Amino acid sequence: MMANNDMHAVDHHDDHKPHGIRRWLFATNHKDIGTMYLLFALFMFFLGGAMALVIRAELFQPGLQFVDPTFYNSLVTSHALIMIFGGVMPAFVGLANWMIPMQIGAPDMALPRMNNYSFWILPFAFTLLLSSFFTAGGGPAGGWTLYPPLSLQAGTSFPLTIFAIHMMGASSIMGAINVIVTILNMRAPGLTLLKLPLFCWTWLITAYLLIAVMPVLAGAVTMLLTDHYFGTSFFNPAGGGDPVMFQHIFWFFGHPEVYILILPAFGVVSEIIPTFSRKPLFGYDAMVYATASIAFLSFIVWAHHMFTVGMPLAGQMFFMLSTMLIAIPTGVKVFNWTTTMWRGSLSFEPPMLFALAFLFLFTIGGFSGLMLAIAPADYQYQDTYFVVAHFHYVLVPGAVFAIMAGVYYWLPKWTGHMYSMRLANWHFWLSAISVNVLFFPQHFLGLAGMPRRIPDYSVQFTDWNMVSSIGGFAFGISQLLFVVVIVQCVRGGKPATAKVWDADPRGLEWTLPSPAPYHSFTTAPEID
Amino acid sequence: MLNRTVFGALGGLLTAMPALAYESSYNMPVGVTPISREVHGLHMEIFWICVAIAAVVFGVMIYSIVKFRKSKGAIADQTLLHSTPVEVIWTVIPAAILIFMAVPAAKTLVKMEDTANSELSVKVTGYQWKWQYEYLGKGVSFYSSLAADSNYARQLHSGIDVNTVKDYLLDVDNPFVVPVDTKVRLLLTGNDVIHAWWVPDFAVKKDAIPGFINEAWFKAEKIGRYTGQCAELCGRDHGFMPIVVNVVSKEDFAKWLVSAQQSAKSLAGGAAALPPATAVSTPAMTTAAAR
Repeated sequence: MMANNDMHAVDHHDDHKPHGIRRWLFATNHKDIGTMYLLFALFMFFLGGAMALVIRAELFQPGLQFVDPTFYNSLVTSHALIMIFGGVMPAFVGLANWMIPMQIGAPDMALPRMNNYSFWILPFAFTLLLSSFFTAGGGPAGGWTLYPPLSLQAGTSFPLTIFAIHMMGASSIMGAINVIVTILNMRAPGLTLLKLPLFCWTWLITAYLLIAVMPVLAGAVTMLLTDHYFGTSFFNPAGGGDPVMFQHIFWFFGHPEVYILILPAFGVVSEIIPTFSRKPLFGYDAMVYATASIAFLSFIVWAHHMFTVGMPLAGQMFFMLSTMLIAIPTGVKVFNWTTTMWRGSLSFEPPMLFALAFLFLFTIGGFSGLMLAIAPADYQYQDTYFVVAHFHYVLVPGAVFAIMAGVYYWLPKWTGHMYSMRLANWHFWLSAISVNVLFFPQHFLGLAGMPRRIPDYSVQFTDWNMVSSIGGFAFGISQLLFVVVIVQCVRGGKPATAKVWDADPRGLEWTLPSPAPYHSFTTAPEID
Repeated sequence: MLNRTVFGALGGLLTAMPALAYESSYNMPVGVTPISREVHGLHMEIFWICVAIAAVVFGVMIYSIVKFRKSKGAIADQTLLHSTPVEVIWTVIPAAILIFMAVPAAKTLVKMEDTANSELSVKVTGYQWKWQYEYLGKGVSFYSSLAADSNYARQLHSGIDVNTVKDYLLDVDNPFVVPVDTKVRLLLTGNDVIHAWWVPDFAVKKDAIPGFINEAWFKAEKIGRYTGQCAELCGRDHGFMPIVVNVVSKEDFAKWLVSAQQSAKSLAGGAAALPPATAVSTPAMTTAAAR
């Protein structure tokens, strides 16, 4: 570590910033890599969003108007893979890169070179995935869950998808290792684990989940690959394989993956609500333990995604009851956030607005999740638009709103400029209204009997599909405002103070000037 | 029991409120089997519990947002950091509510899995993209595919207004015919990929998986025509392999079965026999409109 009174080194601080393409291609700086992750995620949100708009356009009315059913299926599949692995996950890794060193008083991430690899794998992974659209037979069309035997019917897209997933997994594992090593080894002296900001805690637990389940996914898709090309029959019933086994393995990855997507969101919200309530987080220890409990439970609930496969009664009972248990720690979190606002002094800047929308709408997603846990009722909900509504509620006004809240919260710290509050407020209100117009009617569609992943539907579903599509286009177009706000803020604006918010936010990141220096803490800060 | 009644009454209120709740379709159908009614009851019960919890939690949130505003001069209470009694309460109460929900759910689940004492067994096989129904021990077996007029209309750029097509995408050439008030056991499997046989009015959804035989059962208590769809992505035409079940009186079923058997015999070779179209449209069935 650099001697702290070495003025010479401090002077050179900014001079070491490489210029041009080399700065990004060979980036080892946590802020540069964080920026690349965030921009990549933003691009992927628009790409996945464009696919969703084609889907919503096709579903605007019954009958096939625009796309062939196979292409529709590949849009559904790619939309999911892009939003999960290209949008939400990289966005949270970007936030982690930017904020974890600043929140724990470190100069950078622990493993900067690996940080570079883990980012630069992603553009190649997604190029591979998307290139499959130009091969014979088109893109992957068996759903992002890749259930065999259907996924084994794919053409050239199949190996491209599998290798893309391998690369995304490798990237995630490297990112996770970096987060764990950084948080466990590079905290400022005196910053004990139970003093960590919640964002670091939730990311630490998320990173362990990633390391635990990404290899499981990699194994499962590799077995698919050998079934397809090397004559094995792990999952291929024609050779005595077991397609249900794939579902078990997939969801053993898939359910922790759900929490990989939402735990960092809990972390972001747990930073923002206390700041704009001007009051410390209520029940900090309980929040940490609740996060850990959710992570543990996520490993023993997977088969609730597959109640209809014909599991034995005892299995269905177990997975129903274990799934219902998740409501308890999740409830604790919601109650803690609510009590943090109780007797606070609230103001409603854009990050707080997004965090509050998260609080309400994620809770609605939680309620539909509880309904889905009830196995007998799940027989009716399974594979309908009710499920689509549920997971979009937890992922869009859940995870994505938390990402936007985080960006609005820390953007002035990153750029040194305040952004246009007026535009950001417009962005919030348009998004918050349209996201409900988009997804709420999908509950009705599912309950009324519309299956998911269909390009066309019988006429009784027309009305709510029209409403949903209108909401979809409104939501999609509203996101352009987000880009405008970010671009304006990067280019200039009122200078931001170190604290940025008129709310005395807690955390080491606010002790750094805005914009934060290139190497965050060259000297470990003092912890009270 | 009391709670059950209260929630039942609340649920009944919502469903009875607008009759269009059913036709315009924004809720789960009550259906026509004992199980489907129980499932609907569970669904409504849990829905209302969620509404009640939401009223409390959102109420507190909204109250805080309105009351504790900095712009109204609210000063933050920096001492409110944690409270063990409160934290215990909001862990124990949800746990109690969960137990309250789990007990009836478990009971219904046990009933759904009980396929014993069935009076008719039908093997249902999913194909890309149609269904096959094989009446075990009756010598009747046929395929059921999307009706021709829907199939024309659903083609890309068909130029046909789908609103003019009768039962668009929910009509088949050969419907599945079962007798009323009879416990029908389904043995489900898939021929190529995984499909799922789903009829909302029976609350039956079960995967049809190649290499597996899954069981499900229903006992329809009302004569009528009930529709459903494949509920597991099965490739290009996943959205175009509907299910139509005609529930007919026991006498009509016996007549239909005889004519289906005869037409099976009259067809040389072992080809899957189609039931004669005339037999399908018995007066009882044409008059019985679903719901």
